[in-house]
Amino acid sequence: MKISILSGKGGTGKTTISTNLSYYMALKNYNVQYWDFDIEEPNGFIFLNPEIEKNETVTSKMPEVDENLCTKCGDCAKYCNFNALAVTKNKVMVFEKLCHDCGLCYEVCPVNAISEVSRPIGEIKMGYSKKANLKSTSGFLNIQEPTGVPIIKRMKKIMDLNSNSNSNSNVINILDAPPGSSCNVLNTVKDSDFSLLITEPTKFGLHDLDIAVSVLDYLKIPYGVIINKSNEYDTIIEDYCKTKDIEIIGKIPFSKEIAKNYSKGNLLVEITNHKESNLFTKNMDIIFSNLKRRLNL
Amino acid sequence: MKKIVVLSGKGGTGKTTISSSFARLMANKYNKLNIADCDVEAPNLHLMFKNELIEQKEYYGSKLATIDYNICTNCKLCYEKCRFNAITIKDDLVFINELDCEGCGFCDYICPVNAISLNDELTGHINGSKIENGYLSYANLKIGADGAGKVVTEVRQMAESYNIDSNFPYLLIDGSPGIGCVVIASLTGCDYAIVVTEPTQSGLNDLKRVLELIKFFDMPCYVIINKYDLNEEKTTEIEQYIKIMDSKTDIVVIGKIPFDKLVSESIQNETPIVAYKKSDAGLAITKAWNELISKIH
Repeated sequence: MKISILSGKGGTGKTTISTNLSYYMALKNYNVQYWDFDIEEPNGFIFLNPEIEKNETVTSKMPEVDENLCTKCGDCAKYCNFNALAVTKNKVMVFEKLCHDCGLCYEVCPVNAISEVSRPIGEIKMGYSKKANLKSTSGFLNIQEPTGVPIIKRMKKIMDLNSNSNSNSNVINILDAPPGSSCNVLNTVKDSDFSLLITEPTKFGLHDLDIAVSVLDYLKIPYGVIINKSNEYDTIIEDYCKTKDIEIIGKIPFSKEIAKNYSKGNLLVEITNHKESNLFTKNMDIIFSNLKRRLNL
Repeated sequence: MKKIVVLSGKGGTGKTTISSSFARLMANKYNKLNIADCDVEAPNLHLMFKNELIEQKEYYGSKLATIDYNICTNCKLCYEKCRFNAITIKDDLVFINELDCEGCGFCDYICPVNAISLNDELTGHINGSKIENGYLSYANLKIGADGAGKVVTEVRQMAESYNIDSNFPYLLIDGSPGIGCVVIASLTGCDYAIVVTEPTQSGLNDLKRVLELIKFFDMPCYVIINKYDLNEEKTTEIEQYIKIMDSKTDIVVIGKIPFDKLVSESIQNETPIVAYKKSDAGLAITKAWNELISKIH
């Protein structure tokens, strides 16, 4: 099972909810795994602090031209729809970051002068958060790389292989999605069984929630909303959800204490000696019981 | 024209709060304003300014393959060759999954009977609108629209076309979170970067990643620590980090903004926080603005 957590707007609490929910469920002995798909700015590991057991480099393919064979006919550049190749009188230039790895240039080259080479674009780290024995995986995009889609696709593949093995057939994957509505988000959420939309009660939050809702409607994924930093302005989100017939799965109150603990990189469900943090766990109970009902967990 | 881009690395740190305030202060000073919202996936800047649409351009961000079933012999070669799994088989018929099609044209090239064509796809609109004292350019994208780097370039082109007065010195660009293609396209050709961060472990991690990226663009960079009093220890850590970075590049902290509940009220009222005379955050932002102007003038 895949539960994706997304938001439209950045900074609404995706990682807070995903890490805490994963941890909370692991403590309740659910077979849960956490996945950080926000590959441009992955922060989940700050909170879960797993011991890394496996590291995988993700590569993207790009063309390499054998200048001895190449006749400079220019077909590769002519057919490339991404302008990743340019042919001059003496040389073929490859703009590796524009390459989408579609394979067309190899196919069109009349003299087979083009071969595929790999280049690293990022990595995937896997490990266990010791305290709850929670398996955690995160992708990291290298700085200056324009797209992390290959990392996301590779993570999804690892997830599927992992979930299809017999011992893991009942695994619940929590997917911490990137912000926005781009190809990164779509590739992350597209085969989810359920999505939690995290929003905050501001006009910005509402505007971006609406974008995220249309993404999920388009993908036909069922979802519910969590209002984070809940305050006296909640009604703007509640009214929206009412007209759209969306269930509010839960709320996390606005609290300076919660913000302070987050800023230190603490998991909030772990803190039991403070009133406001207890409040967080109480709200997590509500969120989880609603989730259980919606998903028959 | 000097181009100033506001970035953040991490989402939700207050980019739009800072850029809408800077826009207001710029209008106060020069009586003119030119702003572009390049957070194309979740644009919020237009929510802060009364705006009237004066221009709208269709945006074709990608190509999409279509199959003419009158011609198709269902040989399935396209299905075999597509690297993006964008061609699937349903009831023994090949069909194109629009979401996964990258528009590379491999299928078009390989089809033995020319049944596939590649067409420009309308991915959204670029909007130019009139606001008090100036112009705001932004984009509306269709769900799952790809090529976000290109759309940023088009928004910027529209914004640059509004620079009718050669005496007016600035274009202010609200960027997006992350470090990927959208951010790279926002940074390209800019003169100054402003990075808004927050004193959290996630904020610091993401700040480091975006500063690494900015380093490659070799432009002065000014950091604003928002809600600095939420975790003063972390604020000091950020300041120290920047001091070390500064020995290599021109990075300076130009402002520390206190946490202020009036900020969320200002968003509800669609008014930049600097318009609130009694706001501590507003005062600190004004101070940061003066600091910025003294440095770039």
